[in-house]
Order: sequence, then structure tokens, then C-alpha cells
Amino acid sequence: MLEIKNLHANVDGREILHGIDLNIRAGEVHALMGPNGSGKSTLSQVLAGRDTYEVTEGSVTYLGRDLLAMKPEERAHLGVFLAFQYPVEIPGVNNTYFLKAALNANRKARGEDPLDAMDFLKLVREKVKLVELDEDLINRPVNEGFSGGEKKRNEIFQMAVLEPKFAVLDETDSGLDIDALKIVANGVNALRGPERAMLVITHYQRLLNHIVPDFVHVLSEGRIVASGGKELALKLEQEGYGWLEAGARQ
Amino acid sequence: MSTSTDKIQEIVDKAYAYGFVTEIEADTIPKGLNEEIVRTISLKKGEPAWLLEWRLKAYRHWLTMEEPRWQNVHYPPIDYQAIRYYSAPKVKVNPNSLDEIDPELKRTYEKLGISLQEQERLSGVAVDAVFDSVSVATTFKEKLLELGIIFSSFSEAVKEHPELVRKYLGSVVPYTDNYFATLNSAVFSDGSFVYVPRGVRCPMELSTYFRINASETGQFERTLIVAEEGSYVSYLEGCTAPMRDENQLHAAVVELVALDRAQIKYSTVQNWYPGDKDGKGGIYNFVTKRGKCAGIASKISWTQVETGSAITWKYPSCILLGDDSVGEFYSVAVTNNYQQADTGTKMIHIGKNTRSTIISKGISAGHGQNTYRGLVKIQKSARNARNYSQCDSLLIGDRCGAHTFPYIEVKNPTAQMEHEATTSKIGDDQLFYCNQRGIPTEDAVSMIVNGFAREVLRELPMEFAVEAQKLLGVSLEGSVG
Repeated sequence: MLEIKNLHANVDGREILHGIDLNIRAGEVHALMGPNGSGKSTLSQVLAGRDTYEVTEGSVTYLGRDLLAMKPEERAHLGVFLAFQYPVEIPGVNNTYFLKAALNANRKARGEDPLDAMDFLKLVREKVKLVELDEDLINRPVNEGFSGGEKKRNEIFQMAVLEPKFAVLDETDSGLDIDALKIVANGVNALRGPERAMLVITHYQRLLNHIVPDFVHVLSEGRIVASGGKELALKLEQEGYGWLEAGARQ
Repeated sequence: MSTSTDKIQEIVDKAYAYGFVTEIEADTIPKGLNEEIVRTISLKKGEPAWLLEWRLKAYRHWLTMEEPRWQNVHYPPIDYQAIRYYSAPKVKVNPNSLDEIDPELKRTYEKLGISLQEQERLSGVAVDAVFDSVSVATTFKEKLLELGIIFSSFSEAVKEHPELVRKYLGSVVPYTDNYFATLNSAVFSDGSFVYVPRGVRCPMELSTYFRINASETGQFERTLIVAEEGSYVSYLEGCTAPMRDENQLHAAVVELVALDRAQIKYSTVQNWYPGDKDGKGGIYNFVTKRGKCAGIASKISWTQVETGSAITWKYPSCILLGDDSVGEFYSVAVTNNYQQADTGTKMIHIGKNTRSTIISKGISAGHGQNTYRGLVKIQKSARNARNYSQCDSLLIGDRCGAHTFPYIEVKNPTAQMEHEATTSKIGDDQLFYCNQRGIPTEDAVSMIVNGFAREVLRELPMEFAVEAQKLLGVSLEGSVG
């Protein structure tokens, strides 16, 4: 589904990613771990198409197409979703209105008819249960006045409504208490399926007890320094990142 | 700047859709201003002597005044002798039926989306169409008259209801009020007149559509609305003008009078030609609008969406004279490219338990400069007066400016005042967030701006709200990168 080859990316002329290779197939959940500043969020932003990052080398093929040649909204139309580490507030814009505009923009790009208000409301009612988000909240302005945990749950709620093919979850667990973490994980697990792939970015192993990945990769100083199964995450939890960083520098 | 900011700019720069010129023979007078011109205008309109006298008093007073310079807008000196003060299409004015209206004029209004055909009753809006210096048609007049509501051009009202006009003309904005109101008092050519009798609730929206067509001509219209005890009226005004390289002056006066328990809701969607993207041409919109809540528990509500004009300079205000009267001001002002706006309101609390609300939303893009200026004055007599003011500014790009000048004068210690102000920016973060969810940048800007202006837009009558929303999107087209 997604093939990243030798990806190099800069921000403000400084190279952050020094050649990433990663293959993700439909149905798989990959976890990407690594210390602060290793380039995890940079990778997620590059995949979503943020223009502050400049790709200098390498390629990303998504569903057989050149992902990097597409605008952010075109990527979204093809089913790429990013759950933001810091979800953005949009004052005065109703959360459901925003989501309906997003869903119908995606449907339009795919040549489908827009959902009418009734059908959309039905969809929202169904999906909002997944993340146990207060119905009151979904009619408030986008993320405005939401707590940190509510913002993260709202991201997963949006993902549930938009039903992406490939989702990147950028530190969705940060700032969540254990109950909220479980709710988010349950929401994510409910969305796992043979047609959908996910890249779960996290700093802590804790999330991976709830969202069990098929593969774990460790990013350090802009390179993937180790890959393995879910047991790799446990090893990291016990031994820290030090042994890998030492390896990376050799 | 990132590419998304450039895209915002692109969206803001969308072309003005109403910039065409109607080819029509006009009855004009020579350019320039002197007593003779004032007399000529009055003569052309067949006015009674008292009105000519009033005009002349205003003109003589104007000669003693200086053009104000305190406002936060900048423009080269206006040559008042280079302006033509009267231009009327050479057609039958005040036709007996809509069929008699010149087809060229009818087409003009159709192009602007204004229906002069009364049979289109679905629209539910009565229209007075003002073309340059004269009103060319007023719809639904007879139907309204059955309820005792007078809705006509100002000139007609002078002829048919001189006692009403004489009683209220200048009662809220005296001819000595300010430079531009005084100029207007001397040379005003037409406008709308509304009178709602006691206890009558006007069943439809009344509206005036102002169109400037002739070049080198100013538009000086007057609107006077009187709502008798216990009545209600909702009035809308819309404006457009052709695209021209020179600046044109529009100096209007609007006076509202609300008697006991009467309510007047006055909405404006101002879309005068704003000038091109380099700041060339456009309308100078220097307007005096004021309402007097003369009666107890009366209410006047101003809602304005200001997207056009090279310069907008106006302060729709309320004099809260009656006890328990209410004044409201809801405003969205957009400045893009080189547009400038210095707008806000004055709330003068005189009666007891008077309340006022001010919600102002300024949106600046390109090199636009947007100023909120407001005065809330609590007189000694105004026990338990309350005011709530909120002034929010939204910046798009990094070359525009937002300024807020709130003046508060309180002479009664029982007053309760609240003031809030915020400034925010359409961030690349917000745009990227929308894009990532599949929403293209143009739609995202429109969504964010409409969200920002929501509290004001919801005050507009339904027929106008949709138009205003679209207009906000169009005015900002090309402003994002």
C-alpha cells in the first residue's frame, strides 16, 4: 500500500530524515518509536504533505501513485489521514459542519454523491460511540475549548467518520490518562481491518499494550535503526533507546 | 512566507463581479458645487421652499467646516468641484407601473440579481432601486400601503408626505452634524423613506438597492425610517458600483427613529467597488448612520457586512434616549488589497436601564487596514445602563493591519461595562488541518472566515445571510497562498 524509499527531508535547510525505507501493506499496523527529535513527527507531516518540509531525495509510493507529487487534500481524497499530535482549533466552525464538509469533499473527489444532513447525522451518531465523545462536544467549534484528551478523541472520531485507507496516528497517546488511552485504543482497534493500514507513532510502549502492532520500527536521528515484531517495543521499554543510538552511530 | 499564505492571497484577489457599466442617457448637471447647484438639484426635484431653505442652510454651514482628518484612513484630498452632484437616467422617473421602466435599467438590476418584477413574490422582499441620483422603482408599494406602511423614494415622500418628512428630517442627524453629513444635507438627491404606523409589524423585508453608474459622480442619498409605537420593521440595503480607475464619493445619511416599544432592524451588505488589487479606483464610503431610540423599550439593531469600497468610514450609532431602550451593533468589515476601513459605532446611553451590545469582527488581508473605533457613553441620567463590547480581528497574511480604538465614557456609577478584544491569524496550521481532512484551501479560508464572523452573520435576515456568506468568500478570494 505504502512504499517509502530512501526518504530524505529538510526543514529550514536542515536535514531531519536521512533516508527512510518502510513498506506497509494493507491490513497491517506498524508502530514507529523513537526518542524526542528522532524525526517521527517530521515523517508524519511529510506523508500528509505539510509544505514546511522539503523532500530532497527518495520517493513515497501510495496505492501505486507518487504520493509526494500530490497536494495534502488530494492525499486525503485518496484515503490518507493524519491524527495530529496537536489538533488545531478553528473558532466558530462547528465540528460536525467541518466534518461534513471534509467528508463530502472526499466523496466529491471520488465521484460520489454528497451525504445529506440526515444520513450524515446517522453516521455521526454511530461513530461518536466508538470514542465515547460527548454529543455536546461534536457540535462545538472544532477543538475550541476541548481538553487535551477530548482533542485526541476528536481526531479518532474524525478518522472513524472519514474511514481512511491509511492512517498515521502521531503521538495520539501523549497527554492521555489511562482511561482516555483505553478509549482511544478501543476506537482505533475497532477501525482495524484488512483494507486499512496504520502507522502508529508513539514515544511510549504503553499504547502498544492496547493497540498491538504487527511491526515495530525504531527511528533514531532520522534513520530506522531497528525493526521487528511487537516484542521489540517491550525490549525498548526495558532497555531504553541507548543501545540503538550507539548502534546507529557506528 | 509559506505557499499557503500565497494561496490565501490568491483567493482574496478574486475579481469584482458587479463592475459593469450601463449605457444609458443621463440627465446631468455641470460638475462643481455652489449655491446655484444646490438650487438646481432642488428645482429638478420640484421641492417645496422649506426644503430648499434647509439645503441652503446646510450648504452655507458646510462652507465653514473643515474636512476631518482624525480617522485612521489615508486618501489624497478630494476636489469637491470635480464631482458631479446629480445624474439621473433620462427615463420616466416614478413610473406608474413596472412595465414603464426602461428595459436597460431593468436588465441592470436583473444582472445584479435584484428583481423589479413584483410577480416574483416568492422573494418576499420589497425593493426601492436607486440608480445614481434617483429612485427608479419601488416594488410592493400598494400592498404595503394597505397596512398603512409608507415605503417610497425620498423625493416622492417629500411630495406626498411633506409633514412627516419635515418633522423627522434632520431630527437624528442635524444638518450641522459633520462634514459629510452636512454636504449630504445640501446636495442629497434621493433615497428611501419608510413609515410604519402604530402597532404594525411590517410583513416583509424592505430593501434599498443603491447603484452608482455614472462616472465622476457622487452619490448622496438619504434614508429616513420612522417606526411608530409598537411597530416593527426590518430593512436591508445593498450597494454596488462599476469598476473605474477614479475614486468616487458616496456620502449618505441614514436616520432612524423608533418610538415607544418600536423595533427597527437595519442590515447592510455593502459591496461597493473596492478598487483594483493595486489600490486604484474604488468608492469612498463616508456615511453617517444614526438611530434614535426615542421611545421607552424601543430597540434599534444595526447589522453590517462591509466587503466593498476603497475606504469605508462609518459609525452606525444609537442614541438610547427612552428608558429600557436597546441598541445593537453587529459588524463584519473586510479589507483586502489596499482597502481601508475605519468603522464601529457609538452607543449613547441617556435613558435608564438602557442596554447596548457591540460585536465587531474585522478581517484584514493583503495590505488591508482595518480599524474598529467605538464610543460607549453613559450619561449621568442613565442609571443601570449596560454595555457589552466585543471586538475581534482576524489577520490573513502578514502585510495587513488591525487596529482597535474603544472609547468609554461613564458618568453614572451604576453602569456595567464589559469589553473584550482578540486578534487572531488564519494560520498555516489551520489551513493544513483542513487540507489534511480533504478540504481545499479556498473552501477552508471561506469556512474559517465565516466561522469567525458567525455571530454577526446569524443576525442577518435569511435572504441576506446566504449572500453575505458567499460575498465573504469571494472578497477574500486570492488572499491565501
